[in-house]
Amino acid sequence: MTRRSVTRTYPIDRIRAEFPILGTTMRGKPLVYLDNGATSLKPQVVIDAELDYLTRISASIHRGVYQLSEEATVKFDEARASVRQFINAGDDGEVVFTKGATESSNIVAFGWGRKFLKAGDEIVTTELEHHANLIPWQQVAAATGAKLRFVPLDPAGRVSPESVQSAVTERTRLVAITGMSNVTGYMPPLRETAEIAHRNGAVIVVDGPQLVSHHPVDVQSLGCDFLTFSAHKMCGPTGVGALYGRRDLLEAMDPLLYGGDMIVRVGKESATFKGVPDKFETGTPNISGVLGFGAAVNYLRSIGMEAIADHERELLAYAARRVGEVPGVTLYGPMAERGVAAGGVDPGGILSFNLGEIHPHDVGAVLDGEGVAVRTGFHCAQPMMQFLGVPGTVRASFYLYNTLEDIDRLVNALHKTLEVFS
Amino acid sequence: MNFADDLYKEIILDHYRSKKNRRRLDPADYHQEGVNPSCGDDIELFIKTDGGIISEVTYDGIGCSICTASANMLCEALVGNSIEFAGKVLSRFKGMLTRAEEPDFPDSAADLEAMQGVRDYPVRIKCALLAWSTLDQILSDIQSDANPQ
Ligand SMILES: Cc1ncc(COP(=O)(O)O)c(C=O)c1O
Repeated sequence: MTRRSVTRTYPIDRIRAEFPILGTTMRGKPLVYLDNGATSLKPQVVIDAELDYLTRISASIHRGVYQLSEEATVKFDEARASVRQFINAGDDGEVVFTKGATESSNIVAFGWGRKFLKAGDEIVTTELEHHANLIPWQQVAAATGAKLRFVPLDPAGRVSPESVQSAVTERTRLVAITGMSNVTGYMPPLRETAEIAHRNGAVIVVDGPQLVSHHPVDVQSLGCDFLTFSAHKMCGPTGVGALYGRRDLLEAMDPLLYGGDMIVRVGKESATFKGVPDKFETGTPNISGVLGFGAAVNYLRSIGMEAIADHERELLAYAARRVGEVPGVTLYGPMAERGVAAGGVDPGGILSFNLGEIHPHDVGAVLDGEGVAVRTGFHCAQPMMQFLGVPGTVRASFYLYNTLEDIDRLVNALHKTLEVFS
Repeated sequence: MNFADDLYKEIILDHYRSKKNRRRLDPADYHQEGVNPSCGDDIELFIKTDGGIISEVTYDGIGCSICTASANMLCEALVGNSIEFAGKVLSRFKGMLTRAEEPDFPDSAADLEAMQGVRDYPVRIKCALLAWSTLDQILSDIQSDANPQ
């Protein structure tokens, strides 16, 4: 079968062949996977990297003097270097392995926020945030007496440098903002936001799981001080992710967890700790996961994040047009205005919508029966749902292996949904 | 069998479309809200009683078709029946969905059998049960009103 590849030079057939699960079915139909916003599928190279560790190496890192432990340690360090290169961090010490973006946010909130914020300070954030980049800040605000302020959104759920500026004052110590909304795909103007934050003496934390998995990211040119992301949204395993932090900031912070692996010397009454990133990686880490993470970023780099972003841009434009034509569909976010970028760049490959009065779960269930996987509900972003004025949405989110045919299958399944609920 | 027909049986869709019992009772003798945090569904149940009989029962709120159809079936099945009857139907409905028990409903509650197919879709069982867990709360309130400490 030949595919209508969106960009002729994009190796869609080769890419699809690298993901074994794409050859399987769901409810008896060939799988159409459009829930990449939740987690991505895994290519064979990532599966192999994890399996190789489990079957051949198995030893812990930084421990034994024997060959297997040494090899585990070397591979672990190589994975860190791969992740560092992927986001262009300055040195390996700035990349902390965590169990995912949620833990990364919490390390910043409690290791930095809890330590350095005080009553009267302000934390600026937005209603676009995933709960992972909101609730830790609510908790830190409650514990320190700092105040949360929200950047006003325009009706399509966007911010602009002006609206960021209106929320940031000389009391702002930290700006916590998503790199790409997991509900609408909207990408705020990060570089400008970072400049505004820095001009006012604040640090900026970018919630990055969606951004990093779908777009080229260079932490130095973006000027972000912290960036959180998760391996499982970028072709890697679950249970592993990273925190990028500027070295001086990480050095000043306290870890969340204390125990083995992070120490220099331990006495009966006290202990001293290693430097960055080790002091944040307490206990035996998810070694197979980290090796899979390294393989995932190398895989994405081999295809090129620009090429992936271009591919998704075309899928999104097609999806917005085709889904937008289905009777009763309401699109949300920037794509509701046909992808115009106000104060930001084009949205990433996510389309949120509702189908008439039909509850998103019901849409999702009929789609499931047609072999089409989408996410339905509030997407861990209840303030965003309140902003949109809906209890939930249906979300189709794209990735490097999706095709125009996938979107046709989605559209057919939406018509089927209308039939069932007519 | 086609998937959509399997889950969305016509009886279920009829109850979903029916707005007959979808209204608030004010005042109600018993009123309870039930929330499903994993999907945001939010159902309120209103009950009036008259000498051990459920004289009126309605619901309101936001939920998917399985959730609202189940709430409507609950209202239809219980109105005019006793509190004991409600307790019995509740435990049979839960048994059918969570313990794979054969459905065994009294005639006035026979439509509930159509929900049996939900068992094959584990994430949706919570949707079908929401109104019933809310009822469970109300039945314990009625119980404690009847037997004050
Ligand atoms: C924008 C955004 N931030 C944070 C997270 C949390 O990531 P994780 O659940 O992998 O920790 C997600 C994942 O759903 C997300 O989409």
